[in-house]
Amino acid sequence: MNTNTNRVLACIDGSSLTEAVCDYAAWIAQRVDAPLNLLHIIDHHHETAAISDLSGNIGLGSQEHLLEELTAVEQQRSKLRLQQGKLLLQAAKERVVQAGIADPDTNQRHGSLVESLIELEESIRVLVIGIRGKVHENQPDKIGAKLESIIRSLHKPILVVNEAFKAPQRIMIAYDGSKAADKAIDMVATSPLYKGLTCHLVYVSKDDTATEQLLKAAASKLTKAGGIEVITKKLQGKPDQALCEYQDKHDIDMTVMGAFSHARIHDLLLGSFTAKMLLNTHKPLLLLR
Amino acid sequence: MLFLSKKQDWLGNILGDVLAGLVVALALIPEAIAFSIIAGVDPKVGLYASFCIAVITAFVGGRPGMISAATGAMALLMVTLVKDHGLQYLLAATLLTGVLQIIAGYLKLGSLMSFVSRSVVTGFVNALAILIFMAQLPELTHVTWHVYAMTAGGLAIIYLFPYLPVIGKSLPSPLVCIVTLTCIAIYWHLDIRTVGDMGELPDTLPVFLWPEVPLTLETLQIIFPYSAGLAVVGLLESLMTATIVDELTDTTSDKNRECKGQGLANIGAGLLGGMAGCAMIGQSVINVKSGGRGRLSTLIAGSFLLIMVVFLDEWISKIPMAALVAVMIMVSIGTFSWSSIVKLKQHPLSTNIVMVTTVIVVVWTHNLAYGVFVGVLLASLFFANKIGHFMYVESKLDEATNTRTYQVVGQIFFNSADKFTAAFDFKEVVEKIMIDLHRAHFWDISSVTALDKVVIKFRREGAEVELIGLNEASSTIVDRFGVHDKPEEIEKIMGGH
Repeated sequence: MNTNTNRVLACIDGSSLTEAVCDYAAWIAQRVDAPLNLLHIIDHHHETAAISDLSGNIGLGSQEHLLEELTAVEQQRSKLRLQQGKLLLQAAKERVVQAGIADPDTNQRHGSLVESLIELEESIRVLVIGIRGKVHENQPDKIGAKLESIIRSLHKPILVVNEAFKAPQRIMIAYDGSKAADKAIDMVATSPLYKGLTCHLVYVSKDDTATEQLLKAAASKLTKAGGIEVITKKLQGKPDQALCEYQDKHDIDMTVMGAFSHARIHDLLLGSFTAKMLLNTHKPLLLLR
Repeated sequence: MLFLSKKQDWLGNILGDVLAGLVVALALIPEAIAFSIIAGVDPKVGLYASFCIAVITAFVGGRPGMISAATGAMALLMVTLVKDHGLQYLLAATLLTGVLQIIAGYLKLGSLMSFVSRSVVTGFVNALAILIFMAQLPELTHVTWHVYAMTAGGLAIIYLFPYLPVIGKSLPSPLVCIVTLTCIAIYWHLDIRTVGDMGELPDTLPVFLWPEVPLTLETLQIIFPYSAGLAVVGLLESLMTATIVDELTDTTSDKNRECKGQGLANIGAGLLGGMAGCAMIGQSVINVKSGGRGRLSTLIAGSFLLIMVVFLDEWISKIPMAALVAVMIMVSIGTFSWSSIVKLKQHPLSTNIVMVTTVIVVVWTHNLAYGVFVGVLLASLFFANKIGHFMYVESKLDEATNTRTYQVVGQIFFNSADKFTAAFDFKEVVEKIMIDLHRAHFWDISSVTALDKVVIKFRREGAEVELIGLNEASSTIVDRFGVHDKPEEIEKIMGGH
């Protein structure tokens, strides 16, 4: 296994967003000069039964026989999925090589997606993943079932891809003055990913005086870092709506924000801002944790 | 943590779980009744217990998809308690069993299962199957030929019905067996024993009640030995079953949570007028075979069982015992590990002795805990004996200096200490003795004492004795295993091999 601790990890599952995920991953890998790793997870879904025999009796050697039967069925299934995964990875590899990545790694693992990513967390610099997998492929009003738990469990930047690739020119940073947001600003300022891009620093609030200060401080941090053109803007209204409108109006290519800064219970009662943004935005969302 | 569960444990397999739960519930009813009869209590005690234990373990158990209810292994342990002191003491013992199991869970005693070797598990399972079969014999002695015919017919239905096209695999054959035999008995007015003759069936939902026993030390003295046995056997069978389900479904389970879950379930059973129970190997296999994987299957099995029993009690009382016996014989056959007999020839003799001894002790004492105890003890002795062979002593004489050098290689502990001592030649006249211990490992005080004896004996014969590499050799003696858990430390200690 690759032990490189600083790689861009792209999650490939064969859904319609797979190609976009490859492209964005290649873009990031090139800009931050990090190795690219394509990952395909084979989740066996052990919680669902492969066979169901309702005859309800057990006889001599039933247990051994059942084990053999289950093993045979699952072996066949796994082999098939392994093969499919290999083909997917091959296609993805060709695509990123064409995009200019010299030597992308491919990796296949068994297990649940979330658990595998937690195991790989140490080696991840940026995770690139589609907003929904194969299950919800044709339901544009839904986000992937595991996306939220992935975002909550990993403490690495995650790019959530939701449309075909377009090299970002203008990015928007959703800033709310919180610790998570300040950390996001620091990360943007120090990363080579954003050099040469126009950055809209956007704050949604009703209150004027306090925000002015915060916004200025954040903007100067970015300007000082150099290479980033900063535009600051204050918006009114509901944060997720206001941000998405702004995004459309100014042709923003990518949104950068902190994610899930509140406790779970807060989100449970009031709804999470991150979840709303994931659902409403039409552009890729880079979540900094 | 006890009540937390993943969404997919409940909703990952809804259709499969519901269907499997129904199949299992239908099979649980005859078993619960049969085990109540073994224990010498009314069938309702076993039925309430099965309901309660299944439902509670569905929420708090550590192994989704495993079926727990009133079991034969537990019922066998309570026979004398019920006979001598009555039902109320059984309920009190059930409560105490639950408390002991929860304590075991918090002390993480589940990990002790690693001492129970495969052959002991096989012996346990086989002994259990034999006991379940033997418990059916009273129903088959001193009866008319009708009963034999019915039982044989029932078994034929159970094993042949699934071969029928279409309906064969969609209707549980034990249910078909029970329904058919009941119809026959009613139609021909056969005068054979029915479930109704065996005692009271539940006609209401269970109610909360505190066992009517005096809360005295005397009561504790009566119930504690039973509770301790029940707790041990319950945990053993539950953890073994969990391992079997783990293997079948290729997933893992939380063994310590299972201990606590079994404890809570038994406390619940005791408070609702049920007997102690544990996980059931046969039923869990049926559940997995029917497509059950999640917690939902266990919940459905328990609740459907109660609904059936409360609303159909009149019909259930008409079920002939012969039908029950047929189902129980099926459970017994299905629980028996057939492959263990087939593989007797391939396995080493020591393994077979452990397995067979476990079976014999259990069948003799009707107590699975004794069998497992003897099995584990035997297996450990065999292991010690095996390891003891991994020791030899070489020597060579340097004539110029009149020095004999002994080189000791291997494991020295209580079992091999005598062999170690015997390897030295005390009769030989030499001036100097060197004992090279670089490649030897001293595991306990017996081995150190043996070394001391050897040294003293050589000195008494007038020789100078020098030990080489004693530090390395004795570093295994320490009990603080934590220090040696790192690979490089282990490499240092075991480096001689």
